[in-house]
Amino acid sequence: MLSLTSSEGKLKAPRSRMTDTNLLTMITIVVFVAMYLYAYFALQQGFTKPQTMLNIISTNAYLIILACGMSLVMITGGIDISVGGVTALVSMSCAVYLDMHGGNVYVAMLLAVGIGLAFGIIQGFLVAYLKIQPFIVTLAGMFFARGLTTIIHTNPFNVENKDFIELKDSRVTLPDFLGSYTRKGRFIPATIELGVVVALIIVAVLFVVLKWTKLGRNFYAVGGNRQSALMLGINTQRTVFVSHVICSLLAGIGGFVYFMHVGSGSPSHATGAEMNAIASAIIGGTMLTGGVGNIIGTLFGVLSLSLIQNIVSSVGLDQAWWTGITIAAMLCIFLVVQSIIIARRKKTNMKLAASKVPKPKEASS
Amino acid sequence: MPNNSKVQPPKAPLWARLTKHQIIIPIAALLALALFNLIADPSFFKITLNETSNGNKVLSGNIISIIDSGSELAILALGMTLVTAASGGQDISVGAAIAISGSVMLRVLCGSDSHSATLQAPIIVALLIACLVSMAFGAFNGALVAFFKIQPMVATLILFTAGRSIAAWINNNELPIVNDESFGYFGNYIPGIPIPTPFLIAIVCFIVTWLFMKFTSISLYVQSVGVNEKTSRLNGLNPEFIKLMTYVLLGLCVAIAAFIKVSRISTINYSVIAKDIEMDAILAVALGGNALSGGKFSMSSSVLGAYVIQFLTTTLYKFEVKATALPAYKAVVVILLVVLSAPTVREKLARLGKKLKKSKPAGQAA
Amino acid sequence: MKEDSLLEMRGIYKSFPGVKALQNVDFTLRKGEIHALMGENGAGKSTLIKVLTGVHVKDEGVISLQGKGEVHIHSPQDAQKNGISTVYQEITLCPNLSVAENIYIARGKGGLVSWRSMNKKAQELLDSLGIDVKANQQLASCSIAVQQMVAIARAVDMDCSVLILDEPTSSLDESEVEKLFVLMRQLKERGVGIIFVTHFLDQVYAVCDRITVLRDGQLVGEYEIESLPRIQLVSKMLGKDLDDMADIKGESLPTGDPNSTPVYEAEGLASVEGIGPYNFEIRAGEVNGFTGLLGSGRSESVRAIFGADRVTGGKVKIDGKSVKITKPRQAMAHGIAYLPEDRKRDGIVGDLSVRDNIILALQVKTGFFKPFSKAKATEFADEYIKLLDIKTASVNTPIKSLSGGNQQKVILARWLLTHPKYLILDEPTRGIDVGTKTDIQKLVLKLASEGMCVTFISSETDEMLRTCSRLLVMRDRKLVGELTGDQLTQAAVMNTIAGGEKNAEQQ
Repeated sequence: MLSLTSSEGKLKAPRSRMTDTNLLTMITIVVFVAMYLYAYFALQQGFTKPQTMLNIISTNAYLIILACGMSLVMITGGIDISVGGVTALVSMSCAVYLDMHGGNVYVAMLLAVGIGLAFGIIQGFLVAYLKIQPFIVTLAGMFFARGLTTIIHTNPFNVENKDFIELKDSRVTLPDFLGSYTRKGRFIPATIELGVVVALIIVAVLFVVLKWTKLGRNFYAVGGNRQSALMLGINTQRTVFVSHVICSLLAGIGGFVYFMHVGSGSPSHATGAEMNAIASAIIGGTMLTGGVGNIIGTLFGVLSLSLIQNIVSSVGLDQAWWTGITIAAMLCIFLVVQSIIIARRKKTNMKLAASKVPKPKEASS
Repeated sequence: MPNNSKVQPPKAPLWARLTKHQIIIPIAALLALALFNLIADPSFFKITLNETSNGNKVLSGNIISIIDSGSELAILALGMTLVTAASGGQDISVGAAIAISGSVMLRVLCGSDSHSATLQAPIIVALLIACLVSMAFGAFNGALVAFFKIQPMVATLILFTAGRSIAAWINNNELPIVNDESFGYFGNYIPGIPIPTPFLIAIVCFIVTWLFMKFTSISLYVQSVGVNEKTSRLNGLNPEFIKLMTYVLLGLCVAIAAFIKVSRISTINYSVIAKDIEMDAILAVALGGNALSGGKFSMSSSVLGAYVIQFLTTTLYKFEVKATALPAYKAVVVILLVVLSAPTVREKLARLGKKLKKSKPAGQAA
Repeated sequence: MKEDSLLEMRGIYKSFPGVKALQNVDFTLRKGEIHALMGENGAGKSTLIKVLTGVHVKDEGVISLQGKGEVHIHSPQDAQKNGISTVYQEITLCPNLSVAENIYIARGKGGLVSWRSMNKKAQELLDSLGIDVKANQQLASCSIAVQQMVAIARAVDMDCSVLILDEPTSSLDESEVEKLFVLMRQLKERGVGIIFVTHFLDQVYAVCDRITVLRDGQLVGEYEIESLPRIQLVSKMLGKDLDDMADIKGESLPTGDPNSTPVYEAEGLASVEGIGPYNFEIRAGEVNGFTGLLGSGRSESVRAIFGADRVTGGKVKIDGKSVKITKPRQAMAHGIAYLPEDRKRDGIVGDLSVRDNIILALQVKTGFFKPFSKAKATEFADEYIKLLDIKTASVNTPIKSLSGGNQQKVILARWLLTHPKYLILDEPTRGIDVGTKTDIQKLVLKLASEGMCVTFISSETDEMLRTCSRLLVMRDRKLVGELTGDQLTQAAVMNTIAGGEKNAEQQ
């Protein structure tokens, strides 16, 4: 081991502080809990029943999956706005395949994954290896997916494939204490859709990948400073490529989960889902500049986003436009708070950097 | 053989000189599209003078339809280019802002009665109010970008999300209809003039922009801020203010585009009006060869880029592509264009070209 | 390949559009030596290093390593795999990751990260190197010097046979440089070959065994350190003798008329960067300078004069009249010009043309609604390109493709074009070749003789002594002394910089 004795008294090391990632995640979780408590105690209505929240989660399971992929790409410093399009394409393709060609449910799943992978590989290649801006590539990806959806089938329709209906209607029953009683005292167990299980597994897997694998850390490194990451010996091109492949793959899976929830194909499905996914990721503390983000934060970002919509409609602002306006307001508040926090941290960091005044250089000459 | 070697050298610099101008990208794309149409169906370029139902003589044909319906996009491209150059990001809320602006305009024109037979306010007042509102929203976006240092795409995501809802809110979700005929002139034809009015409005916008760029230092200021904010500050510029200004100017462009859009149909549909136009506007800037990361820009290239996109749209319609499927084809063309103009690809092509050149004499020698 | 050589580079060629960066360069690194790679800016040092580390791919030539024969290095990963590790001048770490991660990322086998053992290993490494930082701290919260030491820790911890240090010392203080030297010597004993690039000649003669000199992308030669005295090294780097420098020495320095009204006068000036309050004045025809250690506040003082940082207090008079200067724009309006310390960050507008860069300040001063025509701008630019002998292909060339010295001249041209009364030059000679350095010093004296007043800052004290008739000494962000006339000697400056405590100790 190399060793050196410190020639001078050590300066006090600053106590290690929370990283940006953790801080932003914490804020999101606190806000979510606060909102839930508000809904629970002030609004009551359905919010006292766990099933209400579970329904919200079931409805937004696909969004959780999309937002996870989005976070990954954003952490790596990119963006993917094709996820909504891919979701629509997947549900339409699966719907047509199941209903009009009498397809098998499992093959439909493969189809969903395949579509996702195809988008991921092409977009990833264009972004990572040909160095085209991700915004443009995935924008084209979105156009392509949306266009292709209508080429496959123009009108919305419901799927009546028996196996699929069975799959769509199957629910996972949760432990009894989450259940509730009807007015007549009949017990109703709490249930969630299969999609939620898929979403939670994906959240767990991605959390582990991002935290404890080298690949995961490479995503952060590349997003933090791409040039540095390259100099440190990371294959940045491959890392960016992989992030896009995973994101689109998740969009494919998310598309199938969405399909399981709605049970139909339509060109207007998942409109604006990419923006909701981006918004969730941002509310969850992922920064578009890259290098900062957390999957748990994203999960809570989606939950906060969907909870606020429900709160807004249950306090009586039930016209359609209020949803858009509240989401935007929430996004605005989060962005401003984030920007203030980051600016303050930068300031303290700069002071820290300056606090250690370099010693004579001229004196040595 | 010796002749050949003498001819070649001047050729390369010419090509190099040509490719240095970024306007070459949209021009090449435009020529390619024109050529394609010429081969596929020469009648594409036919322009005729027709009489409309109310006795107006107007020009019609595909080219006319391109310059007509490309107007809004071209006007937006003006503002988007500035925003892109100064802040290194794009405003994705222009479509939603058009909805707001159009909604405000109709609200002023129709007053509280959404189907009033007469105009409740002069058109110019409605336009001015819409401009002010739109510029205020632009300032909101600009403030988030300039003072809170939020990335443009994210900052404008807010208005993108809320815009159409706000538009619906302004008119209480009703769809006002303007019954005054003169309002329709701006989106269609003015009696006696055979050229579509939107194109005339766009031309006026280009001229104003050109004069603005000629008689102010906006181009230098915006590029300087876009390339190096710190240097700009030390040279006496106020980067925050300049960024804010570009967003406000884009707001103005949005209001004019909204004016044309609303005037075309004399009413509004909040969820459909100017849908996806933000994407087209950004594409126009990119097709113009401007770096989406900011810095140097060429306004004319962006405008040309906008018309290339419209040209493409019209061409696709011509081939009876369904409106809903249009994006898919557009996407393919866009990707092709972007891939071909990507620096890495160009470099590789150049290297390939060199190799071919090298192997050629070698082959001849053998 | 010779027995004892670790690395051989033979006949390396590399060119960029318009520039032949390396032409037929040979380089040999022996086992257990510290080898200085010297040359002026633009000589090709960085390019050679980047070819070796895979950032650039060479056009022609052979790189061979001991025991491996010829190797092809196409990426930094290739270089790492071949046992070449590098510390760059600019910090190439990821600010959003922890210190430990920055040390261990992209290394080792397996796909998993064990935080506990990684943090433990990293902490041991950092402690053994005497770097006072917590392994689990976010890198962005460390000072620049600590970040640089972390980069060094990473490089030495990798089992490398070739270690490249590309100007690692620019952000380190003296004791840290000492630490680095001890470390380098230890590595040398273990047989590691070290390539050391630095601008500081002292450092070269303190640790190196051998020197390779490059000039204009070509090899000048390889020398044993004993056989190459400093003066010869410098003349080899420049390719000429140092007579030019001697020219300046001995001339009487411009002091201005002490009885005239000061062009600029400040009382109790203070800025948000913790400067001051201090008093300052300068008269027409005078050249003075702020000196002090890096971080002593000399740059911040002039930034306060120019309004570049938020000014928090003080009265300012221009030509005896009270004015308010809180923004660069106001300073410019009063005829003050400021050439900033960090050329790349604060000086150039990289993508824009030389012409646009030259007219920028004057355009801003003239106003938004009075733009120069292209012809007029070109005329201005051509005039100053000729006047300052700026080497550029045309006025349309983007400034970023010029060499450092020429970029600096362009920025100087930008400010001269505004015809300032008072010119502030903060480190105008940093990182540029000696030829341009003397050009700039001569220019400063010439401007002063024409009645301009100039404040000149440089980290090289002899440069200051050669140009300034008055030196203001800064320590810990305070003005601690003022030297004029006979007091202007190297020793006196050092003494004042070192300050009272040191004197007391000596007595």
